Amino acid sequence: MDISLKGMWLQIGPLGALFLGVLALLFIASFIGAVLERTAKSDSAKATVANLNARIKAWWIMAAVFGVAMVTGGVGSVVMFFLLSFLAMREFMTLTPTARSDHAALFWAFFLLAPIQYLLVWAKWYGLFSVLVPVYGFVAITSRMALSGDTERFLERTATVQWGVMACVYCVSHAPALLMLGPIPGYSGNGATLLFYLVLVAQLSDVMQYVWGKLAGKRPIAPTVSPSKTWGGFVGGTLTAIAVGTALYWATPFTPVVAAAMCLAITMLGFMGGLVMSAIKRDRGVKDYGTMIQGHGGVLDRIDSLIFAAPVFFHLIRFFYVP
Amino acid sequence: MIVRLIARFLAFIARLISGARPGGSMIIVKGDPQMVFFANHSSHLDFMVIWSALPPQWRARTRPVAGSDYWGKGPIRRFLARRIFKAILIERSTGSSVSHAQESIDRIAEGMGDRSHIIVFPEGTRSMTGELLPFKSGMYHLALRKPELLFVPVYLANMNRILPKGEVLPVPIVGTVQFGAGIQLQAGEDKQAFLARAREAMLALRR
Repeated sequence: MDISLKGMWLQIGPLGALFLGVLALLFIASFIGAVLERTAKSDSAKATVANLNARIKAWWIMAAVFGVAMVTGGVGSVVMFFLLSFLAMREFMTLTPTARSDHAALFWAFFLLAPIQYLLVWAKWYGLFSVLVPVYGFVAITSRMALSGDTERFLERTATVQWGVMACVYCVSHAPALLMLGPIPGYSGNGATLLFYLVLVAQLSDVMQYVWGKLAGKRPIAPTVSPSKTWGGFVGGTLTAIAVGTALYWATPFTPVVAAAMCLAITMLGFMGGLVMSAIKRDRGVKDYGTMIQGHGGVLDRIDSLIFAAPVFFHLIRFFYVP
Repeated sequence: MIVRLIARFLAFIARLISGARPGGSMIIVKGDPQMVFFANHSSHLDFMVIWSALPPQWRARTRPVAGSDYWGKGPIRRFLARRIFKAILIERSTGSSVSHAQESIDRIAEGMGDRSHIIVFPEGTRSMTGELLPFKSGMYHLALRKPELLFVPVYLANMNRILPKGEVLPVPIVGTVQFGAGIQLQAGEDKQAFLARAREAMLALRR
């Protein structure tokens, strides 16, 4: 009995175990959603439950897409994150006012910088990966816009495009870049497991902040930026995600204490990412970046918590764990 | 058959590039009037985006009205305009010659027959800035000729950012196409009033 269990464990590995855990979680969530749908009485409660169920349904699809990407190995994950970056940048640039003379620079951002950044992830070329957007992208975008001859709001325009590429492409690409990290001594898992762990903790923190916010959220943290981000939701959500992430330490190279610290970093940075992206939405006078994902808004609304968390998590592991 | 496939493929590409989905209120049309979809014009994508957003049963009957000075030039443009999109080509009036304008209206009325819908861009040309230019009077003269026509306003957002005039390569900004409720020429309505009403109906779709 003991041997067969151990054999099974070796077969599915930590990554498979995490994925099965997520499936179990989704089953429970769908069950709760179905129960709530029957019990909701008032109109506002019904609307909340409908939104909750739309979100859960979208989570099934997102988990399936993510699962397929992971199963197909490195290439699948890189392609999936490239598409996420591309769609996110599409939403970002649509929302920010660009001028006619920015056309060429925008074309470079979408069709040169984004694909090259992800080719570098796939080729595991860390040196160029880490400087492409901040150095060469910065040079290319600002120079091309200067060459267009349009000086009106020049700094604002170049900053906007550079910002979009930084947030949507450069920062997000650090999530699949976990795949390029070399073997970690004494750790049987791989970059894919760490990628799954990062996404799981960051997204779980989002979901639980939403759930705790609905249950116990009263005082908004930054009412002018996002009225739905409350202290109750923030504390409850991040603590839940940290607790789950710490309990999953066995899937990572971390000790339980380090796992808790890593989860603290992921959840705090995830929160700040969401807050910063919300500030941009408020400035532009919209609620969501898009309508692509049912109940969630756009792609950028869903991955905003990775924008700061991914690069920092990547560098923490690279600094402390990769020899 | 091949012509239809090419047309569908181009419409698919336009939709892919622009990301445009039909938005706003659905057009509710009583009976089966002939329709004139009039839209703001800032990009070569405009016609195809509108065309691909139409319900299939209307799409097959809908012809664009295009300037022959541009679309009649060169074999590829001519092939696209005549065979693929079945465009009604008119000469864009440069001056204010009455007989010239009258000839264009004749052509459009003839091209519409008693079945076709058309897509027109009343500004007469693509706007460089995306700001709505003054309307030409063609729509009014067409309405005088065929008072039963239903003029349906269409507003295209962001097309000039996706593929501006003078650019060849598109940028994947998300565009939208909004349809509004149709208007008809009212008895005794003069040119200024009708064109102003049409313009307002279009601008009301701008968010």
